[in-house]
Amino acid sequence: MTSSAKNNNFSDKNILLSHGDGGIKTGELINNLIIKYFGNKILNRLEDSAIINDFHNEKIAYTTDSFVVKPVFFPGGNIGKLCICGTINDLAAAGATPMALSMGLIIEEGFEVKYLEKILESAGEVLKETKTAIITGDTKVVEKNGMDKIFINTSGIGYIRRNTDITPLNIKPGDKIIINGSIAEHGLAVLSSRPEFNFKTNIISDCAPLSSLVNEMIGSSDKVHALRDATRGGIATILIEMSEKSKTRIAIYEDRIPVKKEVRTLCEFLGLDPLYIANEGKMVAFVDPADTNKVLDAMKKNKYGKDSCIIGEVTENSTEGAVFYNTKIGTKRILDKLYSEQLPRIC
Amino acid sequence: MQNNIIALIEEIKRTANGLSQINIMEVCGTHTMAIGKNGLRQVLPQNINLISGPGCPVCVTSISDIDNIIELAENPCNYIFSFGDMLKIPGSKSSLYKKRSEGANIKVCYSPADAFDFAVKNPQKKIIFIAIGFETTAPLTAALIEKAYETKTNNFFIYNTHKIVPPAIEFLLNSSNKNNISAFLCPGHVCAVTGSRPFDFISKIYGKPAVISGFSAEDILKSILMILKQIKNNKPEVEIQYDWVVKENGNPIAIQYMDNIFDINDAIWRGIGNIKKSGLVLKNKFRNFDAKVSFALKDVLVPEPRLCSCGEILLGVKKPFECRLFGKSCKPDNPVGPCMVSSEGTCSAYFKYEKYKT
Amino acid sequence: MCVAVPAKVIKINGNNAEINSMGVIINIDISLVPDVAPGDFVIVHAGFAIQIIDNEEAQKTLEMFKNYAE
Repeated sequence: MTSSAKNNNFSDKNILLSHGDGGIKTGELINNLIIKYFGNKILNRLEDSAIINDFHNEKIAYTTDSFVVKPVFFPGGNIGKLCICGTINDLAAAGATPMALSMGLIIEEGFEVKYLEKILESAGEVLKETKTAIITGDTKVVEKNGMDKIFINTSGIGYIRRNTDITPLNIKPGDKIIINGSIAEHGLAVLSSRPEFNFKTNIISDCAPLSSLVNEMIGSSDKVHALRDATRGGIATILIEMSEKSKTRIAIYEDRIPVKKEVRTLCEFLGLDPLYIANEGKMVAFVDPADTNKVLDAMKKNKYGKDSCIIGEVTENSTEGAVFYNTKIGTKRILDKLYSEQLPRIC
Repeated sequence: MQNNIIALIEEIKRTANGLSQINIMEVCGTHTMAIGKNGLRQVLPQNINLISGPGCPVCVTSISDIDNIIELAENPCNYIFSFGDMLKIPGSKSSLYKKRSEGANIKVCYSPADAFDFAVKNPQKKIIFIAIGFETTAPLTAALIEKAYETKTNNFFIYNTHKIVPPAIEFLLNSSNKNNISAFLCPGHVCAVTGSRPFDFISKIYGKPAVISGFSAEDILKSILMILKQIKNNKPEVEIQYDWVVKENGNPIAIQYMDNIFDINDAIWRGIGNIKKSGLVLKNKFRNFDAKVSFALKDVLVPEPRLCSCGEILLGVKKPFECRLFGKSCKPDNPVGPCMVSSEGTCSAYFKYEKYKT
Repeated sequence: MCVAVPAKVIKINGNNAEINSMGVIINIDISLVPDVAPGDFVIVHAGFAIQIIDNEEAQKTLEMFKNYAE
């Protein structure tokens, strides 16, 4: 879930696309409607996974996500692969080992079975890879034109090993910030597969289940302070959230953030900023400087962490979090929250 | 920091040493963004002041035009094609973004060619392309109008708000007692089309330096250095820094397209007012493709929001943080004036990129 | 409205050309630069080539761009 935006105004009469893009408008919706009607101690933390602390002396992580990606099939994956990876990664970001998932399918009447099969097959492959299972589910069909092809909701539970305490509240000045590879590929892969999009690229979604990567990271060191999977809104959005939750200032470096050439060029054409584009296979970690190399080494041994690198560090405590972006020419600027979905601009 | 950038900055500091306050104005939204994104204000000496002028075509489009476009969008037979920048600009009551959420046929396109192709494939629908931009974009519109005319694609229309840059610069120079502009950073891609000649008047008549600049940090810093050298040597001229793209005579074919399709007219620049001979209007022969004509739309004078300083900001008289609304009731998620809504607007760029103070 | 990107012309099809910019391939309109030939570099704005770039200088720019992306 996204971080809260302190705002008592919910003035929109209709839901806009920007209410779902993970930026400021999503925050408004969460604070002014959702929390208003059923906020509670755990929900109000608005973390990727809710942690239930007193479940028979164990810690359980519990998360849910809905997937409405359009188009349903895109380079590098489909909604089936996406929904399992998304939920697994939310659990992994809490330091939890995924145990079981639920799946709710909402399908439009007329949707071709061969596509549904492909989607379920892809989901099955990820379940097998991560040794998790869907243990309960539901299926609904909506009449033709009542919705758009297929939506999926997945929830997941995982258990957190004793002594594992991964939360933004542990972030300290000096922590190094690590990411497991290049950014902005999922968002562009999805955009490029829309029919009105006339650009041809080799960009494919980075959609991947990161539970094994996180296991190895936590296994190599008990000084992994915080984790977050960078999904909608890009790495900028989650870094800003982490800095606010931990009340620290963060510095990241333009020349250390891995961005593929094609990604950069496509962003130039469309006037988009890679920092704010969605990922689906990227974990950002805050690690004590003493153990950074150990954790990096462990990550590089995993197939989803070969390009892991340090992109910045936590510089100081501060009452208001802020992310300082160091440009490649040596100047600085403060990263701003995503105000709404980036529209391809040409201005 | 890269060595070439370090060397450039050192040379800029050396050359600027001893000169009095220099106010360099850029008139291109992409320059506004590049300066902000690269944090260039942080590396320049105190006596160099970079001012953003009216270089954002979206920011200078009148509220009346936005309202007219929204009116077109309200008709379910019409399909509006627009660049992304226009979508969130508030008119007096709504925006294209909100209309789209209410079901209006509004599509974001990367190229006007997409709008034209859609018109060809859907002859029973009315397609209106929002033609906005300066001389970089006007030739594209011109080429498509010619194509529409020749192929009789009569369901293709443009809502034309094209404007041209040199008259705006001349207007600014004539009001320079208010903003004291020392030199201009000229728009690289506008000049790729027009060439440098339409900008010669800046030095020949007004005696001010002007450099046509590219868009990287290095390009802009080099251009600033070229301006400083002109000032130091007291030799104002129009120089081309972006010389692998900009020629003195520009792109004659693109210019010819504009001349064939458009006449020049006076135009209202939002926040500034009327600038003589600064707007492009379709020649009579092509008037049927003009949405304003074909859909009988009128210009209405709409007052600017109270306390909004966009007009003075566009003229370079005020900086965004000198506006009473900036960062308070006017922010990117709740913009009051156009300079904050457009992602290339001066206020938006300042809000996003100029928070860091050395 | 100045966002424009340098690209190499790969193939020409009448009034259109296929261009490649660092692996991104699109079809663009070349009505404004009808004399362009495959192998030339152009500046692309909103789906149109607006100017042909000097070849030698283009390599310099793309080199810089390549370094920027690394």
